[in-house]
Amino acid sequence: MEIKELLTSKLKENLPGIQFTTVEYRGEISLILNKKDIVKFCRFLKEDSDLAFNFCEDVTAIDWARRNQRYTVVYHIFSMKNKFRLRLKCDVEEDDCNIDSISSVWKTADWEERETYDMYGIHFNNHPDLRRMFMPEEFEFYPLRKDFPLMGIPGSLPLPKK
Amino acid sequence: METIKEHAHSKILEALLADKNITVEDALENEMILNMGPQHPATHGVLRLLLRLDGETIVSCVPELGYLHRGYEKMAENMTYYEFIPHTDRLDYLAPLSNNVAWVLAVEKLTGIEAPPRAQYIRMLICELSRIASHLVAIGALAMDVGALTVFLWTLREREKILDIWDILCGARFTTSYTRIGGVANDIQPEAIAKAEWFINQFDDNLTECEYLLNNNRIFIGRLEGVGVVSGEDAVQLGLTGPTLRGSGIAYDLRRDMPYLFYNDLDFNVITHNEGDCLARYFVRVDECRESAKMVKQIMSKMPKGNILTNSPKKVLPDKVEIYSKMEELIHDFMIVNFGINPPEGEIYSAIENPKGELGFYLVSKGEGHPWKCKIRAPSMVNCQGLPHMIKGRMVSDVVAIVGSIDPVMGEADK
Repeated sequence: MEIKELLTSKLKENLPGIQFTTVEYRGEISLILNKKDIVKFCRFLKEDSDLAFNFCEDVTAIDWARRNQRYTVVYHIFSMKNKFRLRLKCDVEEDDCNIDSISSVWKTADWEERETYDMYGIHFNNHPDLRRMFMPEEFEFYPLRKDFPLMGIPGSLPLPKK
Repeated sequence: METIKEHAHSKILEALLADKNITVEDALENEMILNMGPQHPATHGVLRLLLRLDGETIVSCVPELGYLHRGYEKMAENMTYYEFIPHTDRLDYLAPLSNNVAWVLAVEKLTGIEAPPRAQYIRMLICELSRIASHLVAIGALAMDVGALTVFLWTLREREKILDIWDILCGARFTTSYTRIGGVANDIQPEAIAKAEWFINQFDDNLTECEYLLNNNRIFIGRLEGVGVVSGEDAVQLGLTGPTLRGSGIAYDLRRDMPYLFYNDLDFNVITHNEGDCLARYFVRVDECRESAKMVKQIMSKMPKGNILTNSPKKVLPDKVEIYSKMEELIHDFMIVNFGINPPEGEIYSAIENPKGELGFYLVSKGEGHPWKCKIRAPSMVNCQGLPHMIKGRMVSDVVAIVGSIDPVMGEADK
């Protein structure tokens, strides 16, 4: 319980301008915040000596298909000092499909963001090397979007000529 | 004929000399791009490394992944939670049982059920044995990469014995698919326990024998010591996990830091070495093998009796005998197979300490039979991100040792 209270009080005290909501499910805490605050928020969480979220485990996204704000970018960060895992979530709209990169805060996020870009087409601003991670560079589609069919799109990958 | 050739040759030479864009320089003054992989025996699968060389020194390195991308995350979104269990075998194919356990733990957390103690002890047992199996391949392959071929044969001989245990346990040596949501597929047989006991008792001596071949081997030490150094701070920043992180002196192990199953009840040490080079990562693996062997002994002495599947009819597949004799069970079996287990709406992240590092599953459920979103946090992929940092400034021959020391499995890294 202690770390949860510490987290909310620290955030309220040090980042008064940033609005966020806390959701708890199955003992895991998610903070939902606005996408424009993400870098500032992450930097504080990492650099604060009491919280010390020094380890970024994972960056990914969810495609909600029919929702108004179509994508949610999800971050999992871990504090080795407190042995505590935190999830951050930011909604991203389909028309304005970008979010600031946090790879300047945690270097792990570099490849994780590339993978998210590759799979969902979400653009990460200020990313040092935003290329496709798994798919070929000339591939036009984003495979983990819900409108991409499971069988693939015929002709989307060049095949050897006869 | 001869004259035409000479004539053409002089013409080309003239044209070349006239071209002011071409400068004739010493070839050794220039940088060279070397493409290592994806088909290269020392890159452990289809890892491709683009190296920029100055002489034989590597100026920079860019890893390229995706040659084994099969789209498991997309597939998971289109199948039930049960159907995905066999696919987890193909992630880290050197420790399939560990992946099985990671997946069912994630689904159980999402569903809100828990396996009975005996099943959890069996899971711990197979996790530790597969850690030994995976580390044995890693040690052997690393030794082979730097020229000590015998050790590879010896460690694989030990690993064969573990595969024999899998054979008794679940009928398959490699693609095991042994765990079930809410438990395991079948109870562990007395023969499997006896075999595991026999294996653990003779394992220590055989591992020591392998160590004799390596620890005093000047070539082995010379090729690994001080190569691919990554400091603890950099390792955390790069997100490395598993033996790669612990070789840099950071004692981070999910078995101790975020205990799952019954790891709380076991007495074990988190192995760390402080040097952060390839040799330290090798020592971490060897010591972890010993530690895991110790844990297997504890698990076998503590293993409780009881059920191997939890009682939760709408989530857990019923026994085959009951399906054929009882109406309720038949209905439940039909519903689970056809429509899935429908966990409540929500999201979880569940991670376990795999041999390669932290294997995590992020699952989002919308209350349907198949996950809305499944993200695999693959340790090999994140560990590969540390490669440019470790390789920079080293020689080409060191690349082989460095890749071997972080031990990536591309089935997992490429998903």
